[in-house]
Amino acid sequence: MCLAVPAKIVELNGTNATISVEGTLREVDVSLVDEPRLGDYVLIHAGFAIQKWDESDYEEWKEIQESVPHE
Amino acid sequence: MNEALNRITELARRVGRNVTFMEVCGTHTMAVSRSGLRRLLPANVKLISGPGCPVCVTDTSYLDAAIELARRPGVIVTTFGDLVRVPGSESSLERERAAGAAVRVVYSPADALALARENPDKQVVFLGVGFETTAPTVAWTIKKAAQGGVPNFSVLCAHKTMPFAMEALLKDQEVKIDGFICPGHVSVITGAQLYRFIPERYGIPCVVCGFEAVDVMKCIAMLLAQIAEKRATVEIEYTRSVNETGNPAARHLIAEVFEESDAGWRGIGVIPRSGLAIRPEFARWDAGQSVTFRESKPHPGCRCGDVLRGVLTPPECKLFAKVCTPTNPLGPCMVSSEGACAAFYRYER
Repeated sequence: MCLAVPAKIVELNGTNATISVEGTLREVDVSLVDEPRLGDYVLIHAGFAIQKWDESDYEEWKEIQESVPHE
Repeated sequence: MNEALNRITELARRVGRNVTFMEVCGTHTMAVSRSGLRRLLPANVKLISGPGCPVCVTDTSYLDAAIELARRPGVIVTTFGDLVRVPGSESSLERERAAGAAVRVVYSPADALALARENPDKQVVFLGVGFETTAPTVAWTIKKAAQGGVPNFSVLCAHKTMPFAMEALLKDQEVKIDGFICPGHVSVITGAQLYRFIPERYGIPCVVCGFEAVDVMKCIAMLLAQIAEKRATVEIEYTRSVNETGNPAARHLIAEVFEESDAGWRGIGVIPRSGLAIRPEFARWDAGQSVTFRESKPHPGCRCGDVLRGVLTPPECKLFAKVCTPTNPLGPCMVSSEGACAAFYRYER
């Protein structure tokens, strides 16, 4: 239940944002993170951005994802 | 992966005794089971699951109250999906839905609030279950309902917090824990500072861990290194998301809408100060005000409580994989996708 996924902000309108999780788009609220900007990477939980990620963190995560086989 | 495993093997040899680490969070339990990591670890390193699956620790009396609400005409009960199949005393939300009750699965509490706005003639109740990760999202929703004057929305609150539950396990002493694999996404909100009292008061190492198998392996190596070097402190493996202080806006929101309360944990009992209750100023959005919580008992043979305290591994329960299966779960640890029994059933049989 505490699952959260990193995503990129591709549209921003006040505290509402459209995020892309590997190409899948979703509306989320970004009022819990500091100064969200277009292009930022954020961690999403239950429809809310709960933390910002550096791009390098996202790249590291992608690398881990690609290195392990998936079901 | 091999490098991390070699480091674990080397450190485990240096430690030279049996050690037990508890992965507190259900998402970690799933990562451990799915990766087959348990079988790769040296013989003197044991992983046990803890009470960090929110659905699993939700008391039967709460589910009975949710079912009572769902049976009322004009009520729509909204919930995260995992809770729908958890058995209460006599029924489940899934069975009530099949019998005609309005039970809807939502992705976000904000979706439940939107549903209330779209259905002003219905009472929309959201089942507020989860730890510090989820609590701010529900607090946000309650605050929005209050600000926007949405009288037909309310939350049945069973939010819980981690630190006093972890301390209860240490005080219990039924299981000897040599280190905690601390929940990553709880810590995004609270910061790693949350666990500082554990090494300070109990001398137990803590490492905040990410959710990939390689994160868990690094975390185990960090715990072993602390023991080998006779240190006990809080360290962060999951640096992608976690810092010392957490998310101040989220923490502030939790404090604004909720207050600390005692909470009943399924199979563990009441743990003082381990829950969040809706503050009186938001009582109008508290569905708990309109329902009676009755003492209720889970299935008599269900050992979920012992599994949640790390006393028992799922295969040691007599019901496991015999009468209790994912298609016919008798306890919440088999229902939730993050439950230890569901994880063992799927990956470690």
